[in-house]
Amino acid sequence: MAMPAEAPALIGTNGDSLREAFGKALSSLASEFPKLVVLDADIAGGTGTHHFRKSHPERFLQFGIAEQNMMAAAGGLAAVGMLPVVTTFAVFCLRAVEQARLSLAYCKRNAKIVASHPGLDVGPDGGSAQALEDLAAFRAIPGMTVISPADPIETALATRAILEFDGPVYMRTGRSASRRVFGDDHRFEIGKGQIVRDGKDVTIVACGVEVARAVEAAQILSEKSISARVVNMATIKPIDAVLLKRCSRETGAIVTAEDHNIHGGLGGAVAEALAQTRPCPIEFVGVRDVFGASGEPEELADHFGLSARHIAKAAEKVIARKRKS
Amino acid sequence: MGFTPRAILSRTPADAAPLQTRDLETEIASAARFVRKHVIASIYRAGSGHPGGSLSCADLLAALFGAELNVWPNAIDDPTRDRFILSKGHAAPALYAAGAYHDFCDRIESLALRKLGSRFQGHPHIGDLPWVETSTGSLGQGFSVALGMAMGLKLQKSPARVYALLGDGELQEGEVWEGAMCAAHHKLDNFCAIIDYNKLQSDARNDAIMRLEPLAAKWRAFDWAVAEIDGHDIHQILATFRRAGASRERPSVIIAHTVKGKGVPYMENIPAWHGSVKLTREQAEEALQALGASHNEIREYLDGDAG
Repeated sequence: MAMPAEAPALIGTNGDSLREAFGKALSSLASEFPKLVVLDADIAGGTGTHHFRKSHPERFLQFGIAEQNMMAAAGGLAAVGMLPVVTTFAVFCLRAVEQARLSLAYCKRNAKIVASHPGLDVGPDGGSAQALEDLAAFRAIPGMTVISPADPIETALATRAILEFDGPVYMRTGRSASRRVFGDDHRFEIGKGQIVRDGKDVTIVACGVEVARAVEAAQILSEKSISARVVNMATIKPIDAVLLKRCSRETGAIVTAEDHNIHGGLGGAVAEALAQTRPCPIEFVGVRDVFGASGEPEELADHFGLSARHIAKAAEKVIARKRKS
Repeated sequence: MGFTPRAILSRTPADAAPLQTRDLETEIASAARFVRKHVIASIYRAGSGHPGGSLSCADLLAALFGAELNVWPNAIDDPTRDRFILSKGHAAPALYAAGAYHDFCDRIESLALRKLGSRFQGHPHIGDLPWVETSTGSLGQGFSVALGMAMGLKLQKSPARVYALLGDGELQEGEVWEGAMCAAHHKLDNFCAIIDYNKLQSDARNDAIMRLEPLAAKWRAFDWAVAEIDGHDIHQILATFRRAGASRERPSVIIAHTVKGKGVPYMENIPAWHGSVKLTREQAEEALQALGASHNEIREYLDGDAG
């Protein structure tokens, strides 16, 4: 189990975003995966795949601004034995959900979809560009594995893991400067959550950018003598129901935190799992069924209720509910 | 009843010697008749299904499976095989019939169309039938999957070719034109699209729903090698496939002018026979008669044990 050394540090200025971590990882993994091809819809600069384009131009396939064709073509590439990685912004993946459904998942293709620019993390591009529905949409597709790593280290490890995994995967990266949550010894396994900080009064289950905020929230809570456990739930589907059950039993209260609509994403997955095992009070931190807006990611998190203080507040609320019940 | 459907529906042993051109065309015409009869029988038994667009592409499918495609039922995993994708997935009954004629599936089992537990779903599914190459049924997607295959095979320097059969109404899907631009840009000369241009779609004529013309000019403008043919003239179909195979640097499209419901006079050119329809006993018998089925054959097609 990797523990964060101190408060998550902002790397930011050196461009160490999840998308860059993904792009660099792809490029360095190319020699190990000779069938790997990367599909792009004219946003390689944005998705991080410009690294791969430079290192392996012959395996970089340009589809132009036409995501439906790109998504289904990945099914064809996989069918003839290639290992396609479809890359675009999360919001444009929504445009090709049906292609991912029929031509990838229904055919059980070994194809990967990696989406940058998810959620409010997109920032200034505004509401039209901020996909707050992608985890829900892809999670509803049978056989689709859904992953949202928390930091650059985990993104690099997850990139390897999805290439080694046989089957369709949807993975989020992120646009903004990212915070380090894990040390270099971090391990990632599809389908397994980890306790990043232990506690006994409440469990905060988070994914993506919200993991760093959850750790920050746990520190806020500790100053009020509340002991919060933080779980990194990078795999939203299949969800780690065993760990969730244990957290419910040991802490009796759960807060979920995600940069996504509160409907159908991580919160939904956690609630579904616990409803069938060991139900406990749950509070959901996420965007409350509205669209985003322009602004810097931290401003938006504050405005839409995704920041550390909102997570801490939700934790106090759920603990109060636990005591009443 | 004592029917033994296999006695009549089983395949005539193929001649071991290579067929002469005339013999080949005769053989393909015979396969096309089989496809049409099988389509009527399976749709009648299912109580639903799309007869119009299955009958219009029967000759194209018979020519593809009978002469053009380098595919064999005992080598469906061979990486060097040609790939055929039925992008107009609602014509599944015709694909199943062509597959049955060439032993990719069982002739009797494939009559159990659209039934719970049957591998012959309303639209082709690779999870049930590996030889259909990909699951289709959402228009436009099979075309993109096929071009992805062509792209991958080219990267692998494979000699295999990829064929996709599209409906005309399907061309209203924007994805098709995304793919058309993409295949030309990547110079996929191992890729051949065939358009079953029967002029009718679900609700009415193409012209009334959303005009496609000038269709050949559209494909030429997208930099494809374009051929226009009579999609029921087997000699012309085969000759055009040969020319398409010789295209270099450009993907090929064959615009095959066809008649919706071809072979069943009361269906021909009537849009109502596009959709998923329930054939009455009388309609099924009349259709099979028109297709040259004998009295006994009709009874076996419609009443014999299947699936």
